Amino acid sequence: MRRATIVLMVILALVAACAKKKPAPVASTAPPPAAATPAPTPTAPPPRPAERVEESIPVPAISEDAIGNRSLEDLNRDSPFRPAFFGLDSSELDDAGRAIVSANADIMKKYPTWVVTVEGHCDERGTAEYNLALGELRAVAVKTYLVALGVSADRLRTVSYGKEFPFDAGHAETAWSKNRRAHFVITSK
Amino acid sequence: MRNTLSWSAVVTAALGVSTLLVLAQQPAAPPATTPQQPSEIQLVISGEPGTPPRYAVPDFVALSPDVADIAKTLGQVLWDDLNFEREFYMIPRDTYSTIPVARTPEAVPFAAWRELGADAVVFGTVQKTDANTVRVQVRLFNVRARQSVYAKEYTGSATTPRLYAHTMSDEIHQQQRALRGVARTKLTFASDRNREKVAGPVQNRDVKEVYIADYDGDNSRRVTTNRQLNITPTWAPDARGIAYTSYRRGYPDIFIALIYQGLQETPTNGVGQNWLPIFSPDGTRICFTSNRDGNPELYVMNRDGSNVRRVTNNPAIDTTPTWSPNGAQLAFTSDRAGTPQIYVVGVDGLNLRRITTNDSWADRPTWAPAPFNEIAYAGRTGPAFDIKVYDLASGDTRLITFGEGSNESPAFSPNGRHIAFASTRGGRGTQIYTMGRDGKNVRQVTRDGNNYTPSWSN
Repeated sequence: MRRATIVLMVILALVAACAKKKPAPVASTAPPPAAATPAPTPTAPPPRPAERVEESIPVPAISEDAIGNRSLEDLNRDSPFRPAFFGLDSSELDDAGRAIVSANADIMKKYPTWVVTVEGHCDERGTAEYNLALGELRAVAVKTYLVALGVSADRLRTVSYGKEFPFDAGHAETAWSKNRRAHFVITSK
Repeated sequence: MRNTLSWSAVVTAALGVSTLLVLAQQPAAPPATTPQQPSEIQLVISGEPGTPPRYAVPDFVALSPDVADIAKTLGQVLWDDLNFEREFYMIPRDTYSTIPVARTPEAVPFAAWRELGADAVVFGTVQKTDANTVRVQVRLFNVRARQSVYAKEYTGSATTPRLYAHTMSDEIHQQQRALRGVARTKLTFASDRNREKVAGPVQNRDVKEVYIADYDGDNSRRVTTNRQLNITPTWAPDARGIAYTSYRRGYPDIFIALIYQGLQETPTNGVGQNWLPIFSPDGTRICFTSNRDGNPELYVMNRDGSNVRRVTNNPAIDTTPTWSPNGAQLAFTSDRAGTPQIYVVGVDGLNLRRITTNDSWADRPTWAPAPFNEIAYAGRTGPAFDIKVYDLASGDTRLITFGEGSNESPAFSPNGRHIAFASTRGGRGTQIYTMGRDGKNVRQVTRDGNNYTPSWSN
């Protein structure tokens, strides 16, 4: 009877652990050790799995939680991330661009469950076809810098939209400089 | 001798017609004895020496009620199609009002047409055979000889009068000029004309879908319906499939739409991100750009995705491929020298050479079909782009658009005589236009929404 209770508790713990593991972005981390452990011996001390799981969750400050609680759409509409901008036909981050990416890296570290897609965009002065590759290089340049700053590559996706999605539909440098950008989109949290 | 020749020409012409005729209404002509005169020569209508033949295409005759619109469409579209190749001088249709309308081929007023200067005149009829079906008959007359040199009958749906006219035009160009016309070809392009927004975490992004339309812009149809970004469509050589770049999975990948079956192929099997697919001239392979090895490089795969081979290997961008007509070479865009320039390379990756030198930005090379040994591309001229054509034999480049808006994404017609391109020249967004390979005869093809990256079918 006692053994049956322990087994039941272990099963519950496994279920809880799996449920918590689910939102992890990729399966690159090792499976929870309990999953690999066979049925426990009768002498094992009574585990307290539920409490242990609770403890592992980081508890952000209440003032920060306002961001964390928002929907993905709301988050991206009023994004905590700022886009990094590029020069004409350039995929190199300048000092200003690196400062922005660095600030974005800090936000990503603050919200370690967020998965971010870095979108590479171009202005309309380039050709549609070539810009698809140029945007790719811009997105990859930002991802490379984020990884160098300590953000896990598992949390980063890249995509190029070329000049298909301008931020500013205008036809002057004021618009173009806004459109040559790496845009951060939170794709899961 | 002169009389004999002209008489035999008439007989030969009549014989030639009866072989072409589906109407089969003429009595069998006696065997003619004209061994030195192939009938094709007699069938060709010529103009005054040194000038193109002058053609007239009046409205077709409606032989049953409720086909008046079809009769008018047939005449107008056939006139436009014949005008497009610029092989004939097309007499404007609004000058025909003084010519008596013929109801039968026997009643065609040749003298009146001759007075108008016509060397050739089309006589056509249309009638309903049941509620949804029409019968269309057409003849091309040599006005001087008063002989029919081409005659055909088509029966089919009453909803496709333009297709009958396109078919006649292609047949007349083939018979009269040994020219492969483009009247039945189609364009495919990307368009935001549905004015929908992409669903997703970022708002206010325009959906682009793949569309097709006849070469003249009529009869446009939507191909993709996934409400994402679907761009850079290109035709398979069989004109039944379209390869394109779609973001329906959140990143660019290659899809092939089999437009007459409603099926879809996904040849890249989820490897990397892939874009800008283009079929080899024989349709067995696809060249495309992919980031699968870390930066944009060119790859070639079989149409089914097997046998992937990397063509370029360079830390710079390599993209936007086009095949040479014999399928042995590729032209593409690379910024390995610091700016986007056009290069040519063997499909095996060997024998690389740069062909553009005077452009600050060159992209979208598109190799002309034989016999034109040329590559068209978009080159930056001042603030925007113009279409240029590079002659591979001489190394000369000629400009064929001249700074009206920005002009991008050239695509040759299958006969190499025309180029479709995207331009902002009209002031209402980006639209598809066609022009002759000399840059003349610019025609706007699309008007709804914005339209990009045309490809011209076989």
